[in-house]
Amino acid sequence: MSNVPSDLKYTKSHEWVRVAGDVATVGITDHAQHELTDVVFVELPSVGRQVKAGEAVAVVESVKTASDIYAPVSGQVLEINLNVVDQPALVNTDAHGAGWFFKIKLSAPAELGALLTPEQYKVQIGG
Amino acid sequence: MSLKRTPLYSAHQKLGGKLIEFGGWEMPVQYTSITDEHLAVRSAAGIFDISHMGEVFVGGPGAEAFLNRTLTNDVRKLAPGQGQYTLMCNASGGVVDDLYAYRMNATDFLLIINASRIEADVAWLEKANQGSAELRDMSGQMGAVAVQGPAVAKFIDAALPGDSCAGMEVAKISDLKKNEIGVFIFDYATIYVGRTGYTGEDGFEVIAPAEKIEAVWQRLLAAGQPFGLKPAGLGARDTLRTEVCYPLYGHELDEVTTPIEAGVGFFVALDKGDFTGRAVLAEQKASGTKKKLVAFKMTEKSAPPRPHYPIHANGQVIGQVVSGTQSPSLGQGIGMGYVPPEFAKPDTRLEIEIRGKLAPAVVVKKPIYKPAK
Repeated sequence: MSNVPSDLKYTKSHEWVRVAGDVATVGITDHAQHELTDVVFVELPSVGRQVKAGEAVAVVESVKTASDIYAPVSGQVLEINLNVVDQPALVNTDAHGAGWFFKIKLSAPAELGALLTPEQYKVQIGG
Repeated sequence: MSLKRTPLYSAHQKLGGKLIEFGGWEMPVQYTSITDEHLAVRSAAGIFDISHMGEVFVGGPGAEAFLNRTLTNDVRKLAPGQGQYTLMCNASGGVVDDLYAYRMNATDFLLIINASRIEADVAWLEKANQGSAELRDMSGQMGAVAVQGPAVAKFIDAALPGDSCAGMEVAKISDLKKNEIGVFIFDYATIYVGRTGYTGEDGFEVIAPAEKIEAVWQRLLAAGQPFGLKPAGLGARDTLRTEVCYPLYGHELDEVTTPIEAGVGFFVALDKGDFTGRAVLAEQKASGTKKKLVAFKMTEKSAPPRPHYPIHANGQVIGQVVSGTQSPSLGQGIGMGYVPPEFAKPDTRLEIEIRGKLAPAVVVKKPIYKPAK
């Protein structure tokens, strides 16, 4: 059974979002890492890039496949997690913590309202 | 079209296997993790459901001659109870399928064919046969498991005890040598056990009537678990075979690629007399081919190579990746691809195009990974 922390927002494409002021931290969910297993490579956007909600901005590769990671919200990439590039297994061991991917400075905070609540995400993953 | 299920479908569900579509079949890609299952096979043992593969029995006084004009290897070299890797080619030398041919006795043979090719193969065999041999496609009635890894010989006899009653004469299964097959009795049924596999490790493939295969699977799981045996899915099966450079039909092999181009010319017996595709294969063996299958390793940290990624050298696209993955044994990206022969020598520098960026790679000798013996 997947861990779905109650203080996060979610997307249908299995990203999580932690909002602090006008900055959103983004990663992939525990459910997603469990489905992928064996994350071996993470490719992140460059710092400073302007991204649009729904745009493919990162890639996570397991042994079996490459999966796109989408920006849940629009804005500028403020910071990326270089630890997860060095140690992709962090995505498996701590998806909602040390396995975060990037931070976005929100340009359209109203988009946050379109994200899934933990309850809605639990329903989506059947848990 | 609904997906086909093997007789082990409910066993996979009980074990928590993650099921995916493979060649029209609903098969487990993994139970826990591809990496864990892969490493279990390299260090101890793994058990795979291979019931989707096809079994065709070929018999009668005309069987040997029929197979020798239809397959590339020479079945006359097989004593009863011996098997060989072989290929079935079209007139242009393209591969209809790659398979294992076992001789059970003077006149009876068993062919183990790829799941995705059963219909194509049976149609091809029937057309080539013209009544010269008796063909029986038993694919729908048989199940099969592969049990692979250095620890397998320690528990196979306990799991499936008894001496053989046909094929190779042995007192117990572990007395079979590589590529040998014996017929054994299991729960009042005949089962076929060959010492072969698709992982590069020691191991066996067990073929049984569909209604008996779950009992075989459970018996092997119970006997093997103290030795580190784990159920393993198609994901690990693919990474294991890629490390040892075994071809997979639809990747390294297809109807427009020849065994010579694919680097399996060793299994083409040009000296045995005529067979379908011989003229083209003889010409290619003598004068070379336009493309060759190479194995490569990534030389810097990069995303793993994947099928269809372009291969570059000297600033040009020179070929395409056909198999690629992260190697669980080596911890780096590995793959195989087709390139012109001038780029096929070991140590040749290549670049793999991964999402628009070039990542350096180097041609290596096959196999990419050599299992410890």
